[in-house]
Amino acid sequence: MTVMEQRGAYRPTPPPAWQPRTDPAPLLPDAEPYRVLGTDAAQKADPGLLRRLYAELVRGRRYNTQATALTKQGRLAVYPSSTGQEACEVAAAFALEERDWLFPSYRDTLAAVARGLDPVSALTLLRGDWHTGYDPREARIAPLSTPLATQLPHAVGLAHAARLKGDDVVALAMVGDGGTSEGDFHEALNFAAVWQAPVVFLVQNNGFAISVPLAKQTAAPSLAHKAVGYGMPGRLVDGNDAAAMHEVLSEAVARARAGGGPTLVEAVTYRMEAHTNADDATRYRPDAEVTAWRDHDPILLLERELTERGLLDDDLKRQAGDDAEAMAADLRGRMNQDPQLDPMDLFTHVYAEQTSQLREQAAQLRAELEVASEEAEEEAR
Amino acid sequence: MTTVAAKPVTKPVTKPATMAQALGRALRDSMAEDPSVHVLGEDVGALGGVFRVTDGLTKEFGEERCTDTPLAEAGILGTAVGMAMYGLRPVVEMQFDAFAYPAFEQLISHVARMRNRTRGAMPMPITVRVPYGGGIGGVEHHSDSSEAYYMATPGLHVVTPATVADAYGLLRASIASDDPVVFLEPKRLYWSKADWNPAAPTAVEPIGRAVVRRTGRSATLITYGPSVPVCMEAAEAARAEGWDLEVVDLRSLVPFDDETVAASVRRTGRAVVVHESGGFGGPGGEIAARITERCFHHLEAPVLRVAGFDIPYPPPMLEKHHLPGVDRILDAVARLQWEAES
Repeated sequence: MTVMEQRGAYRPTPPPAWQPRTDPAPLLPDAEPYRVLGTDAAQKADPGLLRRLYAELVRGRRYNTQATALTKQGRLAVYPSSTGQEACEVAAAFALEERDWLFPSYRDTLAAVARGLDPVSALTLLRGDWHTGYDPREARIAPLSTPLATQLPHAVGLAHAARLKGDDVVALAMVGDGGTSEGDFHEALNFAAVWQAPVVFLVQNNGFAISVPLAKQTAAPSLAHKAVGYGMPGRLVDGNDAAAMHEVLSEAVARARAGGGPTLVEAVTYRMEAHTNADDATRYRPDAEVTAWRDHDPILLLERELTERGLLDDDLKRQAGDDAEAMAADLRGRMNQDPQLDPMDLFTHVYAEQTSQLREQAAQLRAELEVASEEAEEEAR
Repeated sequence: MTTVAAKPVTKPVTKPATMAQALGRALRDSMAEDPSVHVLGEDVGALGGVFRVTDGLTKEFGEERCTDTPLAEAGILGTAVGMAMYGLRPVVEMQFDAFAYPAFEQLISHVARMRNRTRGAMPMPITVRVPYGGGIGGVEHHSDSSEAYYMATPGLHVVTPATVADAYGLLRASIASDDPVVFLEPKRLYWSKADWNPAAPTAVEPIGRAVVRRTGRSATLITYGPSVPVCMEAAEAARAEGWDLEVVDLRSLVPFDDETVAASVRRTGRAVVVHESGGFGGPGGEIAARITERCFHHLEAPVLRVAGFDIPYPPPMLEKHHLPGVDRILDAVARLQWEAES
């Protein structure tokens, strides 16, 4: 008798008991982006911290305008501005301890500068004299990553390695909304959650991946919701609210440091400038949209809060403005000098030890340079 | 001054070992010697790898040193980059040649360039183990020879052993290297055996030196990895035709040992490059060009290539027609009796 024939008597064996691996409820983000400024929560915020954030935002805005100006003067090959996103950049830097690591994308030079990196070193990639202008180990800042989301698994690996060595180091990795579509984003989140690595993923949702709006990027309720599928908490934050950003990122860093595993933070913000100077943003977004975000400017929000609480005195305003101008003048002065380049450096750092193939090519270039310098001398005579 | 008589050497107790065992031993010895060496990949733990190369490592060193990862090659190599940034020496396994393709971006955009990008501040001492090549009856995506892609990427070393001793010696050197190494394991030779003294396996072989496996006067066969034993067999068979063939095993494709190759071809005046991967845009074209540039006046005939066909790797029931065998090599050798067309 076949199974079909004895169907009447057949009782299916129940499958082995199934249980969800984790309760999804505590991982889900809030329905609305979390805000502090202009709410009751702001009363709890440390006035000293708010004032420091304000000064750094002002400096950050000046940095963005100065770097953009250097692009127009041809001193930078390109500059992806983070104007309007300064609260995310500054909060990312402020949330970390000195021993922690920052993994920035190409738009996050400001986070590196807010962390203390020399502004000129942070711009070498964009000036074009070398790819990374600083020692990542010294700065504890990974090279600015141009490919999208590929630096996220690096952050996971570094945080994992630090934990294996017994160091309580946290890695904070930054990525844009477009980057969340890349495979490396998903692999990094998955590895981090499986390994419970001390990592914080900060997605700056600034509305556009060059020209493609978020609606064409994802069908998820929010980018923070993506966390749940990997088994980590997702937090949705107003990315223009520096106090909210600082609070949420600091919490996530503390949780990671205490062994609580990774967090995905989505900062809802807006890219006020074009993608880079090579982009024409008027082709894909209406002016009205940009104007609406101008009223929600991160500096403006913090200024209102500070003013309301009597924390924004003339001293702070003047000091912040002077610091920003001094930084800009120094940056301008040093960026207007031509960098000293040695073409032979092309062969110096390909391998620990040059291959015979590279030695031959280095000799060829050296000969070419000698001929060129002799010709230049000849001409000068 | 008196000469001290050499101490009588106790004959080492040797027993046959496979290439897979030698590779496993190299991993084990490297891990025992250097606590920063970490093995990671899919199935490397409890299973010991699908070819058992990592057998016993998790038991001996713990899951933290030999780690079963989620199944994601870009993730495996990408996290290894971060681990190397923090001072570890990761050895990652790609399981099969074509499974490494998802990790190409990490390999090319980060692993190969990080030293250069950071002016030497951040070396990438990562070894990427890639079992490669055909001849084991594998289905699609299990038999590719991808060495040309790796060779074309500045910043990577590309190494491939052909003997049990080299498998040990070259893997030890690769793991010790401060630069990233793509370590291509000819899976067809995993079960090849050689006598081996487990107490003192063999020397660590420096990367970048080719070796003459067989000396000869009539022509040089230049080859590497899975094609080395085939060329040795062809050289034996060629004796019947009156050809005395030299066989050069490259062992390292990057850096390339121009010196050993050119010296051999200058002696013999004739050369055939033999490999499994496709000929068009393949390693043989580069090797032939290098030989021509260095040995033109010593050449009695054009440098010939015996390669796999320029097709996607064929299904297992047809692979014997694709892989360069003894007959195809001997045909090429016969064509070396070259006369200029008038």
